[in-house]
Amino acid sequence: MGQLINVVMDLGLLAMLVISALMIIRNHSPLTVAILSGIYSLVICTLFVIMDAVDVAFTEAAVGASISTVLIMAVVKPGDEPVLKASWPSAASVFLGIATGLLLVYGTFDMPWYGDPSAPIHHHLAPRFLGQSGTEIGIPNVVTSVLSSYRGYDTLGEVVVIFTAGTAVLILLAGDLPVEDKSRVVVQLASNSIIKTILIRIIPLVILFALYVQFHGDYGPGGGFQAGVIFGAGLITHGLLSGSGKMLEVINEKWVTIGMASGVLIYGFVGVAALLLGGEFLNYSVLAESSTTGQHVGILIIEIGVGVTVAFTMISLFASFNRGRP
Amino acid sequence: MSETLPGLLNYWVAVTLFVFGLIIVIDSRNMIKKLVGLNIFQSAVFLLFITMGKVTDGNAPILAEGVNNFSNPLPHVLILTAIVVGVATTAVGLALVSRIRKAYGTIHEDEIYDKPEIEPELVP
Repeated sequence: MGQLINVVMDLGLLAMLVISALMIIRNHSPLTVAILSGIYSLVICTLFVIMDAVDVAFTEAAVGASISTVLIMAVVKPGDEPVLKASWPSAASVFLGIATGLLLVYGTFDMPWYGDPSAPIHHHLAPRFLGQSGTEIGIPNVVTSVLSSYRGYDTLGEVVVIFTAGTAVLILLAGDLPVEDKSRVVVQLASNSIIKTILIRIIPLVILFALYVQFHGDYGPGGGFQAGVIFGAGLITHGLLSGSGKMLEVINEKWVTIGMASGVLIYGFVGVAALLLGGEFLNYSVLAESSTTGQHVGILIIEIGVGVTVAFTMISLFASFNRGRP
Repeated sequence: MSETLPGLLNYWVAVTLFVFGLIIVIDSRNMIKKLVGLNIFQSAVFLLFITMGKVTDGNAPILAEGVNNFSNPLPHVLILTAIVVGVATTAVGLALVSRIRKAYGTIHEDEIYDKPEIEPELVP
């Protein structure tokens, strides 16, 4: 019975996903497209929950459904509205798409079926991580174990990528002079007192929740990436309500930049500390007397590093896109 | 029926979304919409990976007493970081769009081809 419900939900959500993607194809108004892509993200994130990827769903909900939408809407201006609101794509692109699609579908015939436990993917590294991480790392969330300990190098790389992207946006938009521009959706949002009253009270709860996600990531879904995005979203909500200028009064722009870099440094520092204590780079086991305590400490600190970089990068992105706007 | 139904369907939906993303990227003249298309493109790959990680009757990969059947945590790790990197790269794309608007006064490709660059001194 539970299986049947799963299948029905899977089919329903897949249908919703395809429909929302079709709507995005048809619509040409950037604002509509931004909102539709938020809906799309929310649907795909529910789908991830059904497929047991709770950490991924968490990230998608925080990133895709909230931050991405806000960033896209920050770039949209009223002049972008097209003359033609909705139309189907050209025949040539549809033909090319269908040809690609047929080739890819042909490729899927070699794939294992949905949920097949004998699929090759489940028989190489996964059993080792699922079987050993409990004793080796000592934390229940296997995704966090793999993310921050077994594949710590990768995650360091990802954090550097996020930092680099944040820096790139800062450089690209640095020349923007402050312009008075009140023609924004967001400003209209702040003038609605119901929205304002509710959101202002939600902000501290969002930040509290971010801290919970940050420090509970070892035991449940969550971790530095999600916590960072949620923390950023808390401050961005403030920015949406009172303008990014007011947001930067809460937290100075210089400190945002320093925060972006310090997260990466915290992460790297843990790696170097492990080196100095006689282990390999990012081998947390040497950080304390017992190896699992060392892993706990190491993961806790690098997750804070991840969270700090992600949070400040998100705030910096929002501030950059709204520079000079009221 | 529930034994067989999802079968390869999830992969096919991933392919469909992939194709939709491709069509948007090729067909759309609006650069913001193009970036949304790229995001759909990207999420099709996410769907493919997460589908591969699912095990029938599996649980979320969080160790607990009395739970022995877990879905594969590896695709989750890969996709989790990919999503956050995805938003960072989208932001870089949006920043470029913002600069293009500064230089050309529009975000529509067709109009950019027709127009000479305005305010070249603003471009660093």
